[in-house]
Amino acid sequence: MIGEVQKQNKDKAVFEPIIVVEDLTMAFGDNVIQRDLTFTINRGDIFIVMGGSGCGKSTLMRNLIGLQRPARGKVFYDKESFWDIEESERERILRRIGVMYQGGALWSSMTLAENIMLIIQEYQKIDHDQALELASLKLALVGLAGFEDYYPSEISGGMKKRASIARAMALDPEILFLDEPSGGLDPISARMLDDLILQLKSSMGTTVVVITHELASIFSIGNDSVFLDTESKTIIASGNPKKLLEECDNDTVRRFLTRGASEPRIQAIGRA
Amino acid sequence: MSETGEPREIRNFGPELDFVKPDNDVLIVKLFGTWKIGSQVPGFNRLTKELEKDSLIRKIRFDSSGLGRWDSILITFLLKIANYCEQKQIELTTEGLPEGVINLCKLASSVPERTAIRTSQIKLSLTTRVGIHVARIWGSIAETITFVGEIAIDFFRFLTGRARFRWSDLLLIIQESGAQALPIVSLISLLVGLILAFVGSIQLKMFGAQIYIANLVAIAMVRAMGAIMTGIIMAGRTGASFAARIGSMQVNEEIDALKTAGLPPMEFLVLPRIIALAVMMPLLTLYANLMGILGGMIVGVGGFDIGIREYLNATKGSLTLTTVGIGLFSSFIFGILVATAGCLRGMQCSRSASAVGEATTSAVVTSIVSIIIATAIITIGCNILGI
Repeated sequence: MIGEVQKQNKDKAVFEPIIVVEDLTMAFGDNVIQRDLTFTINRGDIFIVMGGSGCGKSTLMRNLIGLQRPARGKVFYDKESFWDIEESERERILRRIGVMYQGGALWSSMTLAENIMLIIQEYQKIDHDQALELASLKLALVGLAGFEDYYPSEISGGMKKRASIARAMALDPEILFLDEPSGGLDPISARMLDDLILQLKSSMGTTVVVITHELASIFSIGNDSVFLDTESKTIIASGNPKKLLEECDNDTVRRFLTRGASEPRIQAIGRA
Repeated sequence: MSETGEPREIRNFGPELDFVKPDNDVLIVKLFGTWKIGSQVPGFNRLTKELEKDSLIRKIRFDSSGLGRWDSILITFLLKIANYCEQKQIELTTEGLPEGVINLCKLASSVPERTAIRTSQIKLSLTTRVGIHVARIWGSIAETITFVGEIAIDFFRFLTGRARFRWSDLLLIIQESGAQALPIVSLISLLVGLILAFVGSIQLKMFGAQIYIANLVAIAMVRAMGAIMTGIIMAGRTGASFAARIGSMQVNEEIDALKTAGLPPMEFLVLPRIIALAVMMPLLTLYANLMGILGGMIVGVGGFDIGIREYLNATKGSLTLTTVGIGLFSSFIFGILVATAGCLRGMQCSRSASAVGEATTSAVVTSIVSIIIATAIITIGCNILGI
């Protein structure tokens, strides 16, 4: 009996929804990008948003973090409907969120430390030295100790991505959005980033939403996912990526997850 | 090599076609020579003519024994044939072509066609296009009004001490747009003073009234030209740099990063720039006025034998506080206009490198046009008020 209750509690802890998306449709003018997206992101998950290039993964992120209003549908953060509340309320939710953009988007006129300190000092009443210590800690966590005084233009692409993650972590957010964290990185740097994400999740309980099409990352870090399809403009698969690879029988998803290996061979000369 | 007994050298000639009909319903297309980009490729219509001549043909084969070197031009030619044959329901066999050619043809024709919608390619009628333009102009007017409104709100927040931006940013912008603009402002206003003096002197000399050069230069510079010239310099120098800077931040998603970090870009980027120019423009204009008067004095003293003291006295006599005030007031307005135009265009910038260029150009044009319009309004206003 007690064991059952404990198990229930445990289940509850595991499946506590933090972001719920309902019937979300995204569009630019009349051009619908994705329609009727419904999914739940649970607390502590590493949630992968995957799909081919140009399917609207980044646009989905912009809809979730308040940069673009959805054409239709709702986004709930802990049962609060994100797009229906006052802007000041939205800012309060955004404070719990850290975002890493595709190109890093570090503020180019500031050093790495200043990039992080700016956010810390905006929300915490602490003095310069303390903020600098915190910034140094965040940079050290992503393997950039000693780079406090570098400007974004002086470091490499991979370092920019890591610095950007450090900035996204500035306020120890509950939810971390990462837009293509390992895109354009060499395999070893990409692996290091994956390890970093896993450590963040396990040590701080951060919920991580990763937008990516890197298969290696998808399988090594993701425990839940949605697959956005370009053709049908909606979700065609969801769940643990490893299970999807084993069980999903959708052709597009299979081809994606196997790098096109299960694709039927190119047939005889098309028109001839 | 050549099984058909073609002379070997023919492979080095330009591209050539020939047709053989072994059966009534079969056409063999013989390819000769070098099929490279830049060589004279036989017209496709030669094949279609051949096919039209004989409507019995139901099969096409190839003979490439005389074919020399080839590149993409051959593939495009073959794809055209494939396309044509599909339409006319003629069977096409690829055997007889080099293996590389067959593979490339397969690759080119097996790519699924993109179904993405390109709205820009739909042809629109004249009325629709006019309508779209009008709607766009209306949209941009509304956008500008919103932008100006937001600036006003943020300025109010600044006055009440609630605006959030880094003071170090403000000081840096003041340095960049103020102190660092001194050399060019010196040069231009000195020259404008010189020009005014020269142009005026020709007329004034006819009456023996050279001393009025001082009055002419002083009033023209202080009341209008100082502010206008500084405004135009700032439009080209600082307004453009604001647009480029904010535009490239837009491209880099840095603006988005500010928004999600809870730092409103209007307060954080736009406000300090507007404050900086609103403060620095009057100071620069004051400096430009002095340089212009110096320029006039060089001409007056050097070319028309007016004494330095005499010149300065005439200058002093011609200027009133109102004149100086009008000049400085105009420059304050110009500063706000240039900064607003630069920041507005930067914030409107879309996500590409070419958009940054457009934003910069547009910022300069908007600034200069608005400076001229503002000058006209101020002049007419002063006239009505009688000052």
